[in-house]
Amino acid sequence: MIEVKGLHKSFGGEHILRGIDFKFDTGKTNLVIGQSGSGKSVLMKCMLGLFTPDKGTIVYDGQAYSSFSDEQKRNLRQKMGMLFQGGALFDSMTVEENVMFPLRMFTKKKKTELKDRVYEVLERVNLQDSGKKYPEEISGGMQKRVAIARAIVNRPKYLFCDEPNSGLDPHTATVIDRLIHELTVEYDITTVVITHDMNSLLEIGEKIAFLKDGVLAWKGDKSKIFKTDDETVTDFVYSSDLFKKVREAQQQGL
Amino acid sequence: MGYLQSIGEYFLMLKGVFGRMTKTSVLKELTFKEIDELVVGSLGIVAFLSFFIGAVVALQTALNLENPLIPKSLIAFAARQSIILEFSPTFISIIMAGKVGSYITSSIGSMRVTEQIDALEVMGINSLNYLILPKIIAMLTYPFLIAISMFLGVIGAYTAAVLGGFVPPDIFLQGLQEDFDSYHLFYAFFKTFLFAMILATVPSYHGYYMKGGSLEVGKASTTSFVWTSVVIIVTNYIVTQLLLS
Repeated sequence: MIEVKGLHKSFGGEHILRGIDFKFDTGKTNLVIGQSGSGKSVLMKCMLGLFTPDKGTIVYDGQAYSSFSDEQKRNLRQKMGMLFQGGALFDSMTVEENVMFPLRMFTKKKKTELKDRVYEVLERVNLQDSGKKYPEEISGGMQKRVAIARAIVNRPKYLFCDEPNSGLDPHTATVIDRLIHELTVEYDITTVVITHDMNSLLEIGEKIAFLKDGVLAWKGDKSKIFKTDDETVTDFVYSSDLFKKVREAQQQGL
Repeated sequence: MGYLQSIGEYFLMLKGVFGRMTKTSVLKELTFKEIDELVVGSLGIVAFLSFFIGAVVALQTALNLENPLIPKSLIAFAARQSIILEFSPTFISIIMAGKVGSYITSSIGSMRVTEQIDALEVMGINSLNYLILPKIIAMLTYPFLIAISMFLGVIGAYTAAVLGGFVPPDIFLQGLQEDFDSYHLFYAFFKTFLFAMILATVPSYHGYYMKGGSLEVGKASTTSFVWTSVVIIVTNYIVTQLLLS
C-alpha cells in the first residue's frame, strides 16, 4: 500500500500539488484522473522519487520515504515497475534484451535462468514470438505490452503506469487496461494508473482519485463516479459527447 | 550567468558519472560497444583524411619551396612536424567533434526525449554512469586512432612528395628523421588524451541535459559540435603554451 499524506509540490512559485491525501491499495488498480496540468504526473513522479515533495510524506507499506537511507531508496526503486507513456523501450535492444534488462542489472542469475524468466513474462503478455525483434519492428500496442513485461519481470510490489493507453486504438487500449488489471491481481501489486481515458475508468477504475488544480477534488470508485452530482467531477467525466448521451439515456431510464 | 551555470552543471555531471557504479559485466559490454562505435567506426574517415591531408601538406611545402638554398628534406620535416604536432591531434579531434560528438549528443538526447533516461532512473540505475562512463573509457583508446592518423599522414606526404617527383626517397627519409624530438610525441599524445576526454564528456553533457523534443535534439547536436570545438581549440592553446613555450 502507498499512502500519500499532505503532499505539496511547487515549481518556480507555481503551486502544482496542494496537500494531496490518498491511499493506494494493494491488489487494486488505483486510478489518478484529471485534466492536463492538474498535477497527476507530478504526483506520480513524487511517488517514484524523481521529485522531492516540498511538504508532506509518502509512505510505502508503513515506512515513510523521507526516512529511507540511500540504500533503502535504491532497494525501493528495484521494487517499482514503471510503464511510461511512450513505452520508453531501449531502441538499441531487442524485446528480449529490454525485458531482461532489469534482471541483468540487479540479479546474479545465469543467463539461461534469466531467459526462462523473460519468456515466462513475454508469454504472459502474449509476445513469446517477438523476443528477437527490435521495438521499431513491432506495433505501438505490442511495445506497450513489452514495456509491461519489463515492468513486471522483477516481480515489483508497486506498478506505475503513465497514461498507458495514449496513442492506442480503443481495442488495443482495452487489452492493455485488462492486462494491467489482471497482473495487479495476479502479482498482488499496488498499481497506480495516471489517465484521462474514460474507457480505462470504466474498465479498471477500482479506486479513483480525481485531481483538479493540484487538489484532490473527489475520490471513490467507478460505480460511484457515474452517480455523483459533484459538478467538478461530472464536468470532467461527461465532457465527451458519447458519455453525455450515455448519461442522458441513464436519466431517461433507457 | 548561464555559462557559469552550465560549467557548474558539467562538473556536477562528471561527479555523477563516477558515482554509483553499473554492474561490471554490463559496463564491460557497453564499453566494447562504444569502442566499436566511437573509435573503430571512425577509422575509415580518419585514415582517408589523414592520408590526403599529409599529401597536401607535402605538396604545398614542395610547391612553395622556390629558394634553391633551402634543402628538399624540409618537405618531409615540415610534413612530419605539422602532422604530429597539430594536424593529427587537433584537426582530427575537431572532425571527431562533428562525427563522434554529434552521435553522442543525439543518441543521449533521443533517450532523454523518449523517457529512456527516466526509465533507467526509475529502475534505480545511475544513468550518468551507465551512459557516459563507457564512452569515457572507450575514448581512452582514441590515442591509438591518432597514432594511425600520424602514420598515414606521413605515408600520404611520402607518396605525394616522392611519387610526385619533388624529392628523392632517401632525402625524404632523412628529412623525416631530422631534429626529431620525442618530447613532441609526448606533447601530441598528452593533448590527444585531453581531447578524448572532451570528446566524450562535452557532447554527453549537451545530450543529457537537453530539453524539448526531436527538433531540440538536432539543435543540441549543433551546439554540442560548436562547444566541443571551442573547448578543444582553447585547450590546445593552453596546453601548447604550457608544454612547448
